[in-house]
Amino acid sequence: MMRVVAGLSMTAHAGEVTALLGVNGAGKTTTLECAQGLQRRTEGRIELLGEDPDLAGPSLRARVGVMLQDGGLPPSAHPLPLLRHIARMYQDPWPVDDLVQRLQIAEFARTNVRRLSGGQKQRLALAAALLGRPEVLFLDEPSAGMDPQSRQLVFRLIEDLRDSGMGIILTTHLMDDAERLADYVYIIDAGRVVAEGTVPQLLARQSAGSDDARTLTFEAAPGLSLGLPERLSLSEGRPGFYAIDGVRSPADLRSIAEAWEAAQLLPHSLAMSTPTLEEVFLDIAAESADRTLTEGGRK
Amino acid sequence: MTPAQSTSLPPLGARQSPASPAARILAQGRYETITMLRNGEQLVLAIVMPLLALFALKFTPVLDGLNGSRIDIAVPGVLALCTLSTAFTGQGISTGFDRRYGVLRFLSTTPLGRAGLISGKVIAVLSVLAVQTAVISVTGLLLGWTPSWTGTLLAVPLLVLGAAAFTSLGLLVAGTVRPEATLALTNLLWIVLGALGGIVVPPGRLPGLLGEVAPFLPSGALGDALRAALLHGAIDPLAAILLVLWTAVAGGLAVKWFKWN
Repeated sequence: MMRVVAGLSMTAHAGEVTALLGVNGAGKTTTLECAQGLQRRTEGRIELLGEDPDLAGPSLRARVGVMLQDGGLPPSAHPLPLLRHIARMYQDPWPVDDLVQRLQIAEFARTNVRRLSGGQKQRLALAAALLGRPEVLFLDEPSAGMDPQSRQLVFRLIEDLRDSGMGIILTTHLMDDAERLADYVYIIDAGRVVAEGTVPQLLARQSAGSDDARTLTFEAAPGLSLGLPERLSLSEGRPGFYAIDGVRSPADLRSIAEAWEAAQLLPHSLAMSTPTLEEVFLDIAAESADRTLTEGGRK
Repeated sequence: MTPAQSTSLPPLGARQSPASPAARILAQGRYETITMLRNGEQLVLAIVMPLLALFALKFTPVLDGLNGSRIDIAVPGVLALCTLSTAFTGQGISTGFDRRYGVLRFLSTTPLGRAGLISGKVIAVLSVLAVQTAVISVTGLLLGWTPSWTGTLLAVPLLVLGAAAFTSLGLLVAGTVRPEATLALTNLLWIVLGALGGIVVPPGRLPGLLGEVAPFLPSGALGDALRAALLHGAIDPLAAILLVLWTAVAGGLAVKWFKWN
């Protein structure tokens, strides 16, 4: 048997969106399916609302909503009868009409599932996952194939659900999703957690432990060297495109301007930015790959 | 699509309970029955083909020279054919594609669960079989069928047993091979078993080795058991035991080998 996930430890809390972030094949879906009881783990321990998901009976499944990556909806079904049918599995379901209105399903209620667009399918799958008014909601790549309007609608609902106390665990390979929604992020690579934290914590990690470090980028002639203080590091990406990391104060800007003055340089353009989660992710993924190579070399 | 408006959510956080097992299974059975009856191809296989077989057997000399009138021998065999259509071919194909599209996985995360899902399928098979039995029986009576009335009481549990055997076989195929292969295999077997498996043509009428083997196939066993019941009001013990064995073996293997995704 192939080990897809090993040495992975994580916790998700009620009233929070916990995101599993990683490239395709990192082990996100496997992790989620083990937590849902859809796949049996070979070892380790998982608790879902205090119970072992492998032994889950109807009473545990009633408290958990699942939106699968492939939707899991019968292609020949019509949205409304399907939702009404699934609602019958619960004693006190979320009113179908309310979900239909909230996720704007009425506009395609008479269309076969197989004819729905990606965004419509995802909205229907989310409605199906919410019918039990779950305490825990699993979303596997919820924005896959979604148009911007659907994404907006779904994300707003996810935020409302989180605010109402639902525990939401989602996987995504889209940094934007994680940045917008996640209260806590686990970055997964090759089946293990390589970094974790809130989005600001992960961003801060990139800028050497400070929350407010910026990067200054500017354009000038290629092959430049500047006399900068040690705390500011200059790097040249494409020839003529420079980045100075670690800018934390107006004094740092003055040092940079002095270095430009000393070099008789007026940049063609310049901009300040904070690091994005994408940069953090790429950085961490590269570190993780290095580590794997080194470990592999030692064996 | 109009811009989303935040409206207050219904109360969340209260501990949800599943509907009762009976309610869940009946709901699933009802949903699957309606789905099967709305599927045009399924209806052709379940109703049209068995009716054609019934008329063919009534108006051609295939069954002449056997111990009974054409229609009296034909109806039990056609009822067995209905069981093969619905429990094996129909259910096999729909389960195979449900597996492909992740429907089985999704439903197994709801309170319905895997056991409820299978129970719902059994209810759907039995419901569709009831409709088929009514259509074939009424048509048979109009064509002059005179069943043994004690035999009709025996026929009901035999049809249920046959449905169990063929559902187990259908799920065994659907749960182990790709849906396209399930589609091809179950349709092919419907034709082969329907024509040469001792279902509508009694095994004694089949040539050579086929006649020897057919009584031991689930198709031949169900055909023979129903003919014994409806023609003579009798139980064919060997056929009944064979059906139980087929159910146990196919059901056991399906439980062991069925892949949910």
